[in-house]
Amino acid sequence: MLETAAGATPLDVERLRRDFPVLDQEVNGRPLVYLDNAATSQKPVQVIEAIEAYYRSDNANVHRGIHELSRRATELYEGARKTVARYLGGVDPEEVIWTRGTTEAINLVAASWGGANLTEGDEILLSVMEHHSNLVPWQLVAERTGAQLRYLELNDDGTLRLDDLDGLLGERTRIVALTQVSNSLGTINPITEIARRVHDAGALLLVDGAQGAAHHGVDLTSLGADFYAFSGHKMCGPTGVGALWGRRELLESMPPWQGGGEMISLVERDHSTYAPIPHKFEAGTPNIAGAVGLAAAVEYLEQIGPAAILAHEQDLTRYAMERLQTLPAIRVFGPEDPSMRAGVVSFVLGDAHPHDISTILDSEGIAIRAGHHCTQLVMKHYGVSATARASFYLYNTRDEVDRLMDGLATVHSIFA
Amino acid sequence: MPDISMERIEKGFRIMPNWEDRYRFLVQLGRKLEPLEDDLKVEVNRVRGCASNVWLVPELSDDDPPRMSFRADSDAHIVKGLVALLMVIYSGRTPEEIRELDALEILERLDLQAHLSPSRSNGLFAMVERIRALASAATRREANP
Repeated sequence: MLETAAGATPLDVERLRRDFPVLDQEVNGRPLVYLDNAATSQKPVQVIEAIEAYYRSDNANVHRGIHELSRRATELYEGARKTVARYLGGVDPEEVIWTRGTTEAINLVAASWGGANLTEGDEILLSVMEHHSNLVPWQLVAERTGAQLRYLELNDDGTLRLDDLDGLLGERTRIVALTQVSNSLGTINPITEIARRVHDAGALLLVDGAQGAAHHGVDLTSLGADFYAFSGHKMCGPTGVGALWGRRELLESMPPWQGGGEMISLVERDHSTYAPIPHKFEAGTPNIAGAVGLAAAVEYLEQIGPAAILAHEQDLTRYAMERLQTLPAIRVFGPEDPSMRAGVVSFVLGDAHPHDISTILDSEGIAIRAGHHCTQLVMKHYGVSATARASFYLYNTRDEVDRLMDGLATVHSIFA
Repeated sequence: MPDISMERIEKGFRIMPNWEDRYRFLVQLGRKLEPLEDDLKVEVNRVRGCASNVWLVPELSDDDPPRMSFRADSDAHIVKGLVALLMVIYSGRTPEEIRELDALEILERLDLQAHLSPSRSNGLFAMVERIRALASAATRREANP
């Protein structure tokens, strides 16, 4: 269900901002306003220092090294897995598989689970709200297996057409893959309710948590997902690391995805036996420093509290939406009720192309994103080729929303 | 092609110290470009390397030597203004002249360096490369009719 987090203690944003060195700079002669957080978040000094400390003091390859540094690196790496498991609601750490990020996690499930379980005529249910990384891996496995793709459509208010869900869930539906939070509209989907209906129909549910884990928080013990994929870099962690969580019996039944070191038990000339989960899915030397950095990010977010972060983002979203509505010729996409959104606001402004908006804002030191946001099906639904998107995180302020509005007033005057 | 000289553009930029006015100027310059018909907005005419869509259609006159002109369009207005600027710089020249012309030097005089680096997604650099490639292709066709 929606976790609106009203009543959470307000964040001390001025203090938090001091943790993020990158925010303290001028761009084009103005203090930087960073509103591209749905693309990637900035990193607190706690994360930067954890990565540095790892390389300075503890770096070695993990597992099997019979020496002190390898022992320390392994402890940090496996400790990071436990930290992430705790953040996901206290799941079993062995169910947490390190990946390069959300995209790789979804590709792993599509290729491994999909390759082993899908046959011609089976159905994969997606939604038109999905990021391309939760579409293309399924298109690839559908091509290979002959499975069919079906789609849940959008209401014009940016919510999913859940009235259609039961009709779309047929006896051939094997898996449903949906995002927790839309990266282009901000919509928070009612995953728990969806999960119940998906499971009633005998299908599995994969949840794309790229935005959800960062902007919403997650408890996988109650969410109802069978697989959950997320990235570290959108939640204060480094790039190139993320994780897949899956239910143990599913992960154990799935064939390995990539072969190599780390993932084997015994290697013979013509076959091998594989390590138990999670290492079965972690071929090669992993991103150890990335895991260490992500664990530091998780600890940082836990200290602040995901509920307080979401409440702060929703406050900024509410404020931004109120102010945006005062602009002539503005069109804001997604749910009108800010409590149904994470901190993402997509819009178009009159005759100005989103790239024009972004270019002009950049000259005032304001970073937003313009484009299709890897959601071309969403753009198609609304009949636009691109939108401008401002996305907020724990370190953004109302003053920065005001700067955005001043910038948009300039855009309006240039195009008037 | 917009009916304005490079000299006037340079003078305009000199008296406009802030970017807001320059962007306004570029948007107006872009509006002087005749919109491209939809059937010309096809992949073969699209300039790769631009985050927004840019289409560039070369035309060769019957003069001897032939002169090149270009029709162009973009769905983003500032980018369209930058394209219009390139039209003013390049149109009406022979392929040989185009290949020898240092457009980047002219653009630098306009203080457009911020828009010039290859990684900038407005694709000004990609457009200059495309125009030069089209000029080279025209020269080859002349040499081997």
